[in-house]
Amino acid sequence: MSGFVRLWPEQASHYAAQVDWLVIGFTGMMAMFVVPVFVFMWVFIFRYRRGHAAERDHRPSGSLKVELTWMVLPFIGALVLFVYSARLFFEARVPPADALEIQVTAKQWMWKFQHTGGQREINTLHVPAERPVKLTMISEDVIHSLFFPSLRVKQDVLPGRYTEMWFQAERPGTYDVYCAEYCGTDHAAMTARLEVLSPSDYQRWLEGADEGRSLAAQGEALFRQFGCSGCHGAASVTRAPPLEGLYGRSVALADGSRVVADDAYLRDSILLPQKQVVAGYAPVMPTYANVMDEEAVARLVAYLRSLADPRPEPATGPSEDNR
Amino acid sequence: MNTLPTAADAAPRSYLDAAHGLRSWLFTVDHKRIAVLYMLAVTFFFFVGGLAASLIRIELVTSEGDLLTADGYNRAFTLHGVIMVWFFLIPSIPSVFGNFLVPLMIGARDLAFPRLNLISWYLLMGGGLFTLLALVLGGVDTGWTFYTPLSTMFSNGHVVAVICGVFVAGFSSILTGINLIVSIHTLRAPGMTWFRLPLFVWSMYATSIILVLATPVLAITLVLVAAEHLFGIGVFDPRLGGDPLLFQHLFWFYSHPAVYIMILPAMGVVSELITASAHKRIFGYRFVAFSSIAIAIIGFMVWGHHMFVAGQSMYASMVFSLLSFLVSIPSAIKAYNWTATLYKSDLTVHAPFLFALTFVGLFIVGGVTGLFLALLAADLHAHDTYFVVAHFHYIMVGAAVAGYFGALHFWWPKITGRMYPELWGRIAAVMIFCGFNLTFFPQFLLGYLGMPRRYHSYPADFQFLHVMSSAGASILAVAYALPLFYLAWSLRYGQRAAVNPWGAAGLEWRTASPPPVHNFNSPVVVDFEAYDYAPEAARDRL
Repeated sequence: MSGFVRLWPEQASHYAAQVDWLVIGFTGMMAMFVVPVFVFMWVFIFRYRRGHAAERDHRPSGSLKVELTWMVLPFIGALVLFVYSARLFFEARVPPADALEIQVTAKQWMWKFQHTGGQREINTLHVPAERPVKLTMISEDVIHSLFFPSLRVKQDVLPGRYTEMWFQAERPGTYDVYCAEYCGTDHAAMTARLEVLSPSDYQRWLEGADEGRSLAAQGEALFRQFGCSGCHGAASVTRAPPLEGLYGRSVALADGSRVVADDAYLRDSILLPQKQVVAGYAPVMPTYANVMDEEAVARLVAYLRSLADPRPEPATGPSEDNR
Repeated sequence: MNTLPTAADAAPRSYLDAAHGLRSWLFTVDHKRIAVLYMLAVTFFFFVGGLAASLIRIELVTSEGDLLTADGYNRAFTLHGVIMVWFFLIPSIPSVFGNFLVPLMIGARDLAFPRLNLISWYLLMGGGLFTLLALVLGGVDTGWTFYTPLSTMFSNGHVVAVICGVFVAGFSSILTGINLIVSIHTLRAPGMTWFRLPLFVWSMYATSIILVLATPVLAITLVLVAAEHLFGIGVFDPRLGGDPLLFQHLFWFYSHPAVYIMILPAMGVVSELITASAHKRIFGYRFVAFSSIAIAIIGFMVWGHHMFVAGQSMYASMVFSLLSFLVSIPSAIKAYNWTATLYKSDLTVHAPFLFALTFVGLFIVGGVTGLFLALLAADLHAHDTYFVVAHFHYIMVGAAVAGYFGALHFWWPKITGRMYPELWGRIAAVMIFCGFNLTFFPQFLLGYLGMPRRYHSYPADFQFLHVMSSAGASILAVAYALPLFYLAWSLRYGQRAAVNPWGAAGLEWRTASPPPVHNFNSPVVVDFEAYDYAPEAARDRL
């Protein structure tokens, strides 16, 4: 962001600082195993160069003890840092349950973000500081990768499959965001900004960017518009599985297996309905792949999630026509 | 000291003088002549790939995309990668020096299948020229990795043509691998036991295993990409019911071992250069020999470390990370044993030794930074940035090309019968080392700062380091071109080479320089160990 020469990236999270310490520690440990090679090599080159008088009797041509030493010691050293790094990795890969959820859709060559409150933005992402944020991501075309250098995390964004990433930024500010997976002509232009706001600024931003309806409410409108309630409603003639309370439950499939109704399952059921047919129902649902993009699917999924809400009133209040 | 007096006496004609004219070269089945053909071919491809690299480095001097269009830039780095990987690095040492040296080192008259050997060269040339044509007329914008579904459904280049070229060249690899494996098993001279083999032969054996086992997987994968691209058969594109990660698994199952195809031969070369310079048996022969085999085997089990952020299972990533640490141990064994070999040595510091030192220095930096990328949490940050670019260039360019040039200088007298100019050789080695570090060390910093790979334009903060890198690249370009001139000069004006100008052990130094057509004038019987230098230092030389 600033200056002509920058040699170390900004740290916007505690996690970023931990990664930096891991890297510094690992550098130190590697130096312990590597510097002797360089030192001894130069000492030997100097001392044993041809024409230089030196003691050359009893030349060794091997020693099991020595070999074992330089096999085992570096490996143990590296293992220690492997374990530490694996723990950090585990932490970076398992989002906390109370994380703020944001839907990400990538396409050649832009980033689109949808907030739970219905706010939508392109190539800019506003998040609150000091709060875990979980991104559920999907691509409309090729593989992309959402990369936050200041948070030291990235995750590939795949077509046809949700991937997840989470972080907790600590320092408010504006940070660079890149696409890290080569994605065609304008890959270099597929950049974005991360705006980390203090909790109060974030609240203000949410209100300013309010679209009037939450993501789930937008999904409910789609649910009606595409006629989903015609089959999934209680009063419909065609029999289709009921959707109330479905989210997060285990579903029995026609092929005898079971699957948990998560985001990925709901998405696949909308776009690839023949993939996992619920036991006891005819495979009559048509695909919506040609009429709905990934952003719309994300809204619809948000609505279906709201139906699973244990609280009596769903996000938009009960609606009669989908019972 | 190890020369037999018989070598130069009878003086039958050398392989270079045995026949003349273009036909005598294009239809030869002599492994030494085929090696020379390969040398010309890979030199050509090296400079074509280098030209594309120069375009990339000039473009990146400024943060805006001004020299090339975005599509032009993407085509340039794809051309650079495809040509350098498949038409320079993979055939370089195995096909040039493996071909030339393995029969000489094991005391054979030729490889097991001389005609197959010639066919391998034609396959490489056919595939290479076809690929080059497709890359120049039209081009491809997928990167050398051909990731799906970009390559199958979204690319606007000649993907299928390039894939065909690489597919054909793959058979050159497979056939060369088979030829070397069979030769090493069946054509060793009487007395040449496995543990009397020079370590270069061990490394070629390990390389050949990978060539034969991994290359077919690449071939299959490329056919599947072409099938999806041409006929819409859903293998990788999720819209057709495919799985995009499947491609990455298949691709890296080949391409990670392929990295060892590039580096193992150079390690073998360095083992030879260091012992010959030290005039001393290598420290821990069996450990160095088996470490090559260990790398070849474990190298097949680490491909998933390219996919930590790709969406593969978190637990799979942990296993792949651990295995990647494991594969570094055999490489460390080599570096430590090379160092120990210099202890109590009788060292001559000539250009080949300087290239070997360049190899060791760059390989260690490349190897250690590879461990950063195997370290899970560090990889989440560094993956797909210039850190990765710098890391694999240290290995595949810095180290592997230093090994290639080291071999070129060391065996130049044997191949051509002429000595190269020693001073120029040393200048080239030092320039390569300095130019290389100036080019690629700044890229580690760039990568850690967050500069992603394959960016045509970039934020202005990164410019300083990019300018440093491009400055280094201009030194490197001169240094890599330099040997072309003085080696060509030496063909005419170089001093005539003796049978064994280095005082080195090994069967290839017991026959004439250049060797006769059938390699040895008298039947070879081996009654000595590998690297049988005097057990104690020759004090009379002091």
